[in-house]
Amino acid sequence: MNTVPIISVRNLTKAFGSFTAVDAISFDVAPGEIFGFLGANGAGKTTAMKMLCGLLSPTSGEARVAGFDLATQTEDVKRRIGYMSQKFSLYEDLTVEENIRFYGGIYGLTLAEIRRKTAELAADLGLVEEMQKLVRSLPLGWKQKIAFSVALLHDPAIVFLDEPTGGVDPVTRRQFWDLIYAAAHRGVTLFVTTHYMDEAEYCHRVSIMVDGAIKALDTPHALRKRFGASSMDDVFTLLARGAQRSAD
Amino acid sequence: MKQLYTFVRKEFLHVLRDKKTLLILFGLPVVQILIFGFALTNEVKHASVFIRDEAHDDASRALMERIDASQVFDVVQSGPANLDLIIPSGFAHDLSHGGRATVQIITDASDPNRATTLSTYLTAIIADHQLALSELQGIPYLIRTTTRFTYNPQLKGAPNFVPGVMALVLMLVCVMMTSISIVREKELGTMEILLVSPFRPLMVIVAKVIPYLLLSVVNIISILLLSVFVLGLPINGSIPLLFSMSILFIITSLALGVLVSTIAATQQVAMLVSMMGMLLPTLLFSGFMFPIENMPLPLQLISNAIPAKWYYNIVKAVMIKGLGMDAIMKEAIILFGMALLLTAISVKRFKVRLA
Repeated sequence: MNTVPIISVRNLTKAFGSFTAVDAISFDVAPGEIFGFLGANGAGKTTAMKMLCGLLSPTSGEARVAGFDLATQTEDVKRRIGYMSQKFSLYEDLTVEENIRFYGGIYGLTLAEIRRKTAELAADLGLVEEMQKLVRSLPLGWKQKIAFSVALLHDPAIVFLDEPTGGVDPVTRRQFWDLIYAAAHRGVTLFVTTHYMDEAEYCHRVSIMVDGAIKALDTPHALRKRFGASSMDDVFTLLARGAQRSAD
Repeated sequence: MKQLYTFVRKEFLHVLRDKKTLLILFGLPVVQILIFGFALTNEVKHASVFIRDEAHDDASRALMERIDASQVFDVVQSGPANLDLIIPSGFAHDLSHGGRATVQIITDASDPNRATTLSTYLTAIIADHQLALSELQGIPYLIRTTTRFTYNPQLKGAPNFVPGVMALVLMLVCVMMTSISIVREKELGTMEILLVSPFRPLMVIVAKVIPYLLLSVVNIISILLLSVFVLGLPINGSIPLLFSMSILFIITSLALGVLVSTIAATQQVAMLVSMMGMLLPTLLFSGFMFPIENMPLPLQLISNAIPAKWYYNIVKAVMIKGLGMDAIMKEAIILFGMALLLTAISVKRFKVRLA
């Protein structure tokens, strides 16, 4: 890799008592990359992601995120990352505009910036009329798009997406990936966990976690070739078959 | 600071959008004061008493007139009545010749408290009557007891329950509402977003509790206004002292609310824990419903751990008795200690990163 990695992880480990959820993983992510983070339930991908977001402190190992040390410069890291979970995490009893104002506000955006961003977002998503509506009244697919845009509000270098397409129909999923590509095109790095193997094909590179360790990391094309598989689904099944941990 | 304002503004939006909660928040104190003030009262007024006068003489008539003249009793001509008084024949004769007459009071003791109160009142009226008689006849060497009920000469219920309602309402708003609103963010997944953001966990707590602090102050004001203007219960002590002590209690309760939110995973659990773990002990152990002095020692000891008990004593001392800081020093220090301890514990528990 020629460029300086935006995420650099070395021997990152998280143990809960005697259980090692994440076992000394190491990898790099390049700026503007769409990095797929795959693994069966219980493989440790959520734990790893939470550590990278500063939600969990690592037991050992180190990581640099957006140019800052995760352990010592957590606040600097937090300012430069966005996060979206499968819950979409918007306030249902607030309007779209109020949600944007709130999330922009806690990242310290000025009111003028928030107004500008709100207008941009409304135009980009074609939701001008919906801005004053309560989030509760919107369909799931729109909530998802708005949640993603809100995660990008403060121009983060990296956005972590934790199973962002859970419970959404295939057409909406496809549209959502268009948004992801557009963000990547603007230079944002996307760190995505997913259950859908067709989505894994959309990623630039994919890592597959089994039992707390990274068992494979490459482009979808190279992975298929290496394992002699026709799809990422086959690759995943092949690797996950060796798992000792039961899914929980 | 600007971030904090944004956050608090959002919290107010939540509260204002939720009409049902809003109704509970502001309706509850009013309803409680009205219920305790006018429905749930131990005061006895206009109890019916049926008098069977078998004597039909001057002495019995005089006694009956005296009873009828009191505010407590209305003499009825036929049953059913709350109380029966039987004046046996030869009442005047016994009184003037023997110097000793007997009457019988029959009460319905299926409600023992009311029965005791009523018979005490009636006995008091009879004793009063007897005193008047003996003074009339000039009997010397009489010990006359005059009892003065200080702070509450009319034995009204309000001086007892207004402080109790204040403690109860503050507990409800601060513990239940606060814990539910924090747990809701956990359920929604928005708490994760907040913790990923540069907004500090400590500030999340501060922003979450500020609206409920303000709402609590509004509630105190409305309870005090109601008690002064509707129940006619004056505030005898210093109002600034009353408010500063109330805010101390509010902070203690808010800390409890945050603590509950760190234990509960869902809004239902938060509500149950607040109800069973906080409201019920407040009701039982603050001394507002049941006198703590009458409880067995272990329960008396437990009552010391209930913040509402100390607050209740403070409000009674300041508001009803008009006492100053020096009289409530012990209670204030204990409450302050609880506020400090609970805040420290809840902040520490809250700060532990989401595991």
